[in-house]
Amino acid sequence: MKLEGRVWKFGPDIDTDAIIPARYLNLVDANQLARHAMEDERPEFIKEVKPGDILVAGKNFGCGSSREHAPLALKFAGISCIIAKSFARIFYRNSFNQGVPLFESSEAAEAIQEGDQVCVDMSTGEIEDLTLGKKFFAKPIPPFMQELINDGGLIPHLQKGGRDKTQESSVSGC
Amino acid sequence: MAKTLPMTMTEKILAAHAGKKYVAPGDLIDAKIDFALGNDITAPLAIQAFNEIGVKKVFHRDRIALVADHFTPAKDILSADNCKTLRDFAKAHRITYFFEAGEAGIEHALLPEQGLVLPGNVVIGADSHTCTYGALGAFATGVGSTDLAGVMATGRLWFKVPETIQLIYHGRINPWVSGKDFILYTIGDIGVDGALYQAMEFCGEAIRKLPMSSRFTMANMAIEAGGKNGIFEPDEVTLGFIKPRAKRPFRIYRTDPEAHYSAIREYDVSKIFPQVSLPHLPSNAKDVREVGRIEIDQVVIGSCTNGHLDDLRVAARILRGKKIAPSVRLIIIPATPTIYRQALKEKLFEVFLSAGAVISPPTCGPCLGGHMGVIAQGERAVSTTNRNFRGRMGHAKSEVYLAGPAVAAASAVKGRICHPEEVVRRK
Repeated sequence: MKLEGRVWKFGPDIDTDAIIPARYLNLVDANQLARHAMEDERPEFIKEVKPGDILVAGKNFGCGSSREHAPLALKFAGISCIIAKSFARIFYRNSFNQGVPLFESSEAAEAIQEGDQVCVDMSTGEIEDLTLGKKFFAKPIPPFMQELINDGGLIPHLQKGGRDKTQESSVSGC
Repeated sequence: MAKTLPMTMTEKILAAHAGKKYVAPGDLIDAKIDFALGNDITAPLAIQAFNEIGVKKVFHRDRIALVADHFTPAKDILSADNCKTLRDFAKAHRITYFFEAGEAGIEHALLPEQGLVLPGNVVIGADSHTCTYGALGAFATGVGSTDLAGVMATGRLWFKVPETIQLIYHGRINPWVSGKDFILYTIGDIGVDGALYQAMEFCGEAIRKLPMSSRFTMANMAIEAGGKNGIFEPDEVTLGFIKPRAKRPFRIYRTDPEAHYSAIREYDVSKIFPQVSLPHLPSNAKDVREVGRIEIDQVVIGSCTNGHLDDLRVAARILRGKKIAPSVRLIIIPATPTIYRQALKEKLFEVFLSAGAVISPPTCGPCLGGHMGVIAQGERAVSTTNRNFRGRMGHAKSEVYLAGPAVAAASAVKGRICHPEEVVRRK
């Protein structure tokens, strides 16, 4: 499966308070949470983000709190995947559980620029910056994790009868 | 029979809970969970997911705690709804450990105090500071709501066995220095992702001199270095704390002498002085005497990091007979009802009230900009909490300076960040 979208670029150590400020954690509705994604970090983000857009960031993306509201807000804001130099551990688990694929590539995170059009192939890990005409490679996402993402996350995946094969996998991180 | 390969404490606990003799870093294991935790922010999403899985019963009604501590006493209608979700679920599943109102405290101080998390346990919590329980020699780590839902349904969770970093502390501990200063200094040294995906094993003779409160503070902030867990080998201090309160039998695991570490770092604590982490990362740690003149509007003493009785005692030692600066609001938050009662008994509240402080009921409140002390645009707070990210305590253009209770209390008196010795001559 390929994901294509326009890039929003962020720096290093983007924390979960930046992704979804704690003052909105009394909300449980994903669409309402999405309206406040990146509100303090980039106020224009939520006004201009389009379905399929891609986040590109520096190291340690998603550090801080365990709030699953963070990947949930980004997902419902329309973000299709996140490319970063590295991800914080809890955010990494939460994102896959919510069906948001993450790709680690320092080269891609350096080179890709704000507003570039990028295409990511989940099965090969190929990241192509169509604006720059450059290709990068991240670790591909194992087939069963792609299924989980296609189903929209761990819970819908389990409901569809998908087996929880995570313990047999070799997911990076976590 | 061949001897098994040496393992760290973290590896031994994970191996035992996965039914294996040996695990190595990088192994993916399916582990039995001894105890699981959710709060009024994370549990509503977990309960939603649990109901979607379609399981009828929770895995064990005595092995789950639901704690209403973040936006409580309910700060608004939505927060009240979330607390109601917890209450209804606890009732429907006859969950033994549901804490709210007069029984609730800040979860990471409350569960150890209640003897619910024990040495050798595997504990997961839908809260990043779940790593606090590593102070007892448990493997404890934060997860999200979906993982909590899975654990509530099955009592199991998959993990990747982490590498372990050994952090050794030796030397004489300076006056007014506590576990908070050790951990801020350490994060300042290794960075906010210095222990990413890894276990942080705290040891050395200076660690053995620390009371439980300081050990909880250090394990609590392992996540601020990106760590998966922080862990301390249990000793007589640990046993003195946990034995009288343990609700279940427990087992102690120790690191083998030949165990492999991914890195070893040593600290001479005689060179560690009271620390302050400047905005907006916990790794911006500095000696308090090097921060210059920083005037402040608010001081918060509390949280899962520093809301222990020892922390309140230190604050009282500095505030006794003093008044806080007229420009400062001082908010003191005992972490649990037991701590609250003991502080009252020891007449610490008399000291705080005379100094001009506000005493809040136990709540996470201002730590995450929730309520009970949110700060305005342009304001600065010194706080004994764990994060100083942009906007953490309120407005996106406000600032949080992290410190231990001694620096926080002294700064409240002076109205600017200062060393405790500027207020009290000798410890």
